[in-house]
Amino acid sequence: MNENEIVPIVALTKAKKHFGAVRALDGISISVGSGDCIGLVGHNGAGKSTLVNLINGGLSPTEGRIEFANGTDPHAAGVRSVFQELSLCPNLTAAENLLVSHKAAAPFGWRKRLGKEVLASLDSIFPGHGVRVDVEIDTLSIAERQMVEIAIGFAPRGSEARLVILDEPTSSLDAGIAQQLLAHIRQFCADGGAVIFISHMLAEVFSVANRIVVLKDGKVVAEKPTAAFSRQGLVDAMGHVTGETEGGADLERKFGPVVVQTNQGLSARQGEIVGLSGLAGHGQAAALARLYLSRSSAWRSGKNPEVVFVAGDRQRDGILPLWSILRNVSISILQQGARWGLVDAKRDASVAEDWKHRIGIRTDDVRNPVLSLSGGNQQKVLFSRALASPAPIVVMDDPMRGVDIGTKQDVYAMLRNEAQKGRTFLWYSTETEEVCQCDRVFVFRDGEISAELTGAEITEERILEASFQMQEAS
Amino acid sequence: MASHYRILLPIVSLAVLLGATFYMQPRAMSYFGLNLLFNLAVPIALATIAQMMIIMVNDIDLSLGAFVSLVACITATYLNDAPLLGLLMLVALIVTYAVLGAVIHALALPAIVVTLGMSFVWGGLALFILPSPGGTSPNWLRSLMTIKPPIAPMAVVASIVIAAAAHILIIRSRVGTVLRGVGGNARSVERAGWSVIRLKALAYGLAGLFGVLAGMALVGLATSADANIALRYTLISIAGVILGGGEFVGGKISPVGAVIGALTLTLAASFLNFLRLSPDWQIGAQGTILILVLAARLIFRRKGLEV
Repeated sequence: MNENEIVPIVALTKAKKHFGAVRALDGISISVGSGDCIGLVGHNGAGKSTLVNLINGGLSPTEGRIEFANGTDPHAAGVRSVFQELSLCPNLTAAENLLVSHKAAAPFGWRKRLGKEVLASLDSIFPGHGVRVDVEIDTLSIAERQMVEIAIGFAPRGSEARLVILDEPTSSLDAGIAQQLLAHIRQFCADGGAVIFISHMLAEVFSVANRIVVLKDGKVVAEKPTAAFSRQGLVDAMGHVTGETEGGADLERKFGPVVVQTNQGLSARQGEIVGLSGLAGHGQAAALARLYLSRSSAWRSGKNPEVVFVAGDRQRDGILPLWSILRNVSISILQQGARWGLVDAKRDASVAEDWKHRIGIRTDDVRNPVLSLSGGNQQKVLFSRALASPAPIVVMDDPMRGVDIGTKQDVYAMLRNEAQKGRTFLWYSTETEEVCQCDRVFVFRDGEISAELTGAEITEERILEASFQMQEAS
Repeated sequence: MASHYRILLPIVSLAVLLGATFYMQPRAMSYFGLNLLFNLAVPIALATIAQMMIIMVNDIDLSLGAFVSLVACITATYLNDAPLLGLLMLVALIVTYAVLGAVIHALALPAIVVTLGMSFVWGGLALFILPSPGGTSPNWLRSLMTIKPPIAPMAVVASIVIAAAAHILIIRSRVGTVLRGVGGNARSVERAGWSVIRLKALAYGLAGLFGVLAGMALVGLATSADANIALRYTLISIAGVILGGGEFVGGKISPVGAVIGALTLTLAASFLNFLRLSPDWQIGAQGTILILVLAARLIFRRKGLEV
């Protein structure tokens, strides 16, 4: 123990990482000791993921040094990471996934023991979770997968977790489960562990971190104890000016006729931004998928689609990973420009270029592979794809997971703009702040609509009330 | 849950086909009859397991048939005449397979192209070793393949042994689980500190091993070899893996299912014989059976999702 206090678990000295001409990290010095809970914030592309990959040994620095408590091996030092884009093997069970990262499992009888280990870890972090550990990961919901991944991160795995890096761990969890996680992190750090906590939800960072590190363009621009930051100060340090949300927006907006009406009670008028809210996994995504599938056909893909879809799980049903940014954007409009079944490459290129500027995709050339972008920028590509299509209705399934505040503000503005032109948006979001951007909000509970809020009624309190109301009785 | 469903359909398809065969030809329901029905299933089952190792890591092997033919040629000549040299050649083939796996991963080559190219290499070597059909099976191999165990015929016992061994290796063992993980999400396996290139080499090496066993078993049954003896194994093995509940991508495979799939395909050929279907139609009929089973699987899965 004594030694722990002197030797940090990991220390970086002027670490730099370049990818070709791109300076992802430009001289970072940071050290993490036991008991530390560091909040790492920065906008998309600031270098957070690169920093994480340096610390967990996924990348080695171009310049500078990185040292661990016992030598140079991050695994031996007990460094674990939980990634933003769910990185379990979907064809294996939770226990088998634990085995993949378990260095000290015996060749026989591991199945039962590791099943117990991952279950114990789940129980201690998320009491009452109800996640099955004996089924393949791809049969679990996205929130459950994230919980399993977090549980594996904290599980003993034959040694001991000393430093756990959590990259946007709560982005697909609902508020209650996120609170359980935050409580566990506090306990873990109090017991001598260390955590690097990356989140765009600043309230969470403030509630859990004892030190906040702000990254911007590959450099540390601020590193102070949490108490020394104010929310506004932190946002300013990241380099984005968040205008206070214009209260209630302009209520005088005129909407067209009703264009969406489902028998579940979901409705939307032309030019309206309709939010779907409530706790994660209460049927919002399913309602949107049903709507989308009922308005589109698997057989015909006409020149004028009625609906387009912005996916939230971009790894699974969003990006086309082998294609360039250009092709990822233009896939939705191939039909419109096509003549005699041939693609109009020039027009596609100009559309992609146009959206690159309008939505601010950070790349030199839209012909770069889409995987060269950071997560938030990949999401922008998906927005461009949907908005470039002429479809009057846009369905969005929690599209802003892990997107930074600046991008969000850009996208909000763009949505308002497009809505004014007569487009209708159906927007499921797990973040209350986003829901408050909507003209009308349907709150879901147990697969049903439990409340419909409009205008000034849309407040965090009202949404929470509708999400939880009968929860205790059941 | 999903994995339990996956094994159910191959079992049902085999049972239905077996029932139909017994109905058509009740005399097949005997020790001798079963042996006759499933005799050729042993090399096919081994080849299917070999193909499964490759499909498990999201690749596909189009050279397997030519490879098994080459092994058969070596077995019927060198292994019989100069056992040590023959054995050395077979080991070298397995190592080559492992190296191929490593190269395919390291250079990010499409396996389908590399293995297609290799199929000509294997085919050429086989012709070089055995320009015209011939050779003889080593005696010990012949007697091993024609052994008559009590209760169940050799073909059935061998299939069970193959299925059990592959199941333990791939589903129960630690390294097998990690190998399936490579098919599911190679990046996550790499992040956990495994060398994916070594794992891929291992998967290909295992495929080579089972391919060699398939060729040897085939010679044990056929007693001689020919450079084209097993060319159809390439497609049969792929069909067997898929029929057995495997999927082309995502590391979703079932060794027991793969063996059952191989048995089903072998049985389908015998069944069509019993139907007195002209050989001209048999390939088409086999294809129809395959499509029917796969369609049934798709329907099952849809239902499974909705429940």
